Amino acid sequence: MARKELVPGIGRLSRSQVYARRQLYKGKKTGTAPAKPEAAPTKEVQVKGSKNGGSRLVPTSKAPRYYPAEDVPKPKQSRKTAKPTKLRDSITPGTVLILLAGRFRGKRVVFLKQLESGLLLVTGPYKVNGVPLRRVNQAYVIATSTKIELGDFKADVKYNDSYFSKSEKKRTRSAEDEFFEDGKPKEKESFPESKVADQREVDKVVLAAVKKTEYLAKYLKASWGLSKGEYPHQLVF
Amino acid sequence: MPLDSNFTRFVEVGRVVLLKTGPYAGHIAVIAEIIDHNRAIIDGPTTGVPRQAFPYRHLTLTSLAVPKLPRSAGSGTVKKYVEEAGTVAKWESSAWAKRRAAAEKRRTLSDFERFQVMIHKKSRRDKVRKAVKAAKA
Repeated sequence: MARKELVPGIGRLSRSQVYARRQLYKGKKTGTAPAKPEAAPTKEVQVKGSKNGGSRLVPTSKAPRYYPAEDVPKPKQSRKTAKPTKLRDSITPGTVLILLAGRFRGKRVVFLKQLESGLLLVTGPYKVNGVPLRRVNQAYVIATSTKIELGDFKADVKYNDSYFSKSEKKRTRSAEDEFFEDGKPKEKESFPESKVADQREVDKVVLAAVKKTEYLAKYLKASWGLSKGEYPHQLVF
Repeated sequence: MPLDSNFTRFVEVGRVVLLKTGPYAGHIAVIAEIIDHNRAIIDGPTTGVPRQAFPYRHLTLTSLAVPKLPRSAGSGTVKKYVEEAGTVAKWESSAWAKRRAAAEKRRTLSDFERFQVMIHKKSRRDKVRKAVKAAKA
């Protein structure tokens, strides 16, 4: 109805027309909220002075002393909601993807699943081409028609967006001070043991599937690129 | 046709042509009748090309010709002569047609298949190089 807009911000129907069409005169249909214990509108206050009658009924909430002379315009409420990111049809678990951006651009990796944020969870596998478990945006990826048979393998639910987020550290001093704390550069933090184990666990299944097809491991290890006279829109992946 | 000419492919009735454009691009057909110096009537009853006028600009002459095809022959006659001469089989066994088919096939390969072709070509190159070196020594 009024959702059809003539131009952004201006509906096709006026407010009263919408009111009529939606039959709002019948009363707004709303769920019944649990009844709140009603506060007493007045309370009794003891008043001093012999001539004041001892006690008086006073409203619990005072009426405001000031009323705005003009109506305050309310900002238009947005009815837009973010839809979950649609996964491209060509991408299914086991699809070999070509990364186009980031430090692993040109690498061929295996798609595992889509995360809540819409990013894709991929793995090299690490042993084959050095790409770890990683999140990538599907916009920066070419989906190939090559699929690796992962069977009924499902990436664990623990691999979600927060798995990849860095732990928040409070910085009290400048980064430089912290780095050269004892007069020499700080030791590099080692990669967490648990993540190494996770990588190994996921790659075990993927590697076993990769080994079943000849040249597939070699294919994943090789980087992709365009040579002279090759145009990505003319290629079949 | 002077005897000392270097030309061998002529626009003539019975000449097998390869179409370069249009919906039948890549198919072969036979010249059934010459209309003028721009167009000919071509017909391909065995290659799926319907009888039509076709400009010479959009076709390529092949070295094949259907011998003794009568001028302005209808589709049925053309079919009879083409089948008798085995023109389509001759075309398909020619290096030209094979190269075209290979190029077409290569174009439809997936990324992984292209990679495998590269591997195989590399190994062939290696073998040839080693064999040549062994033969030279």
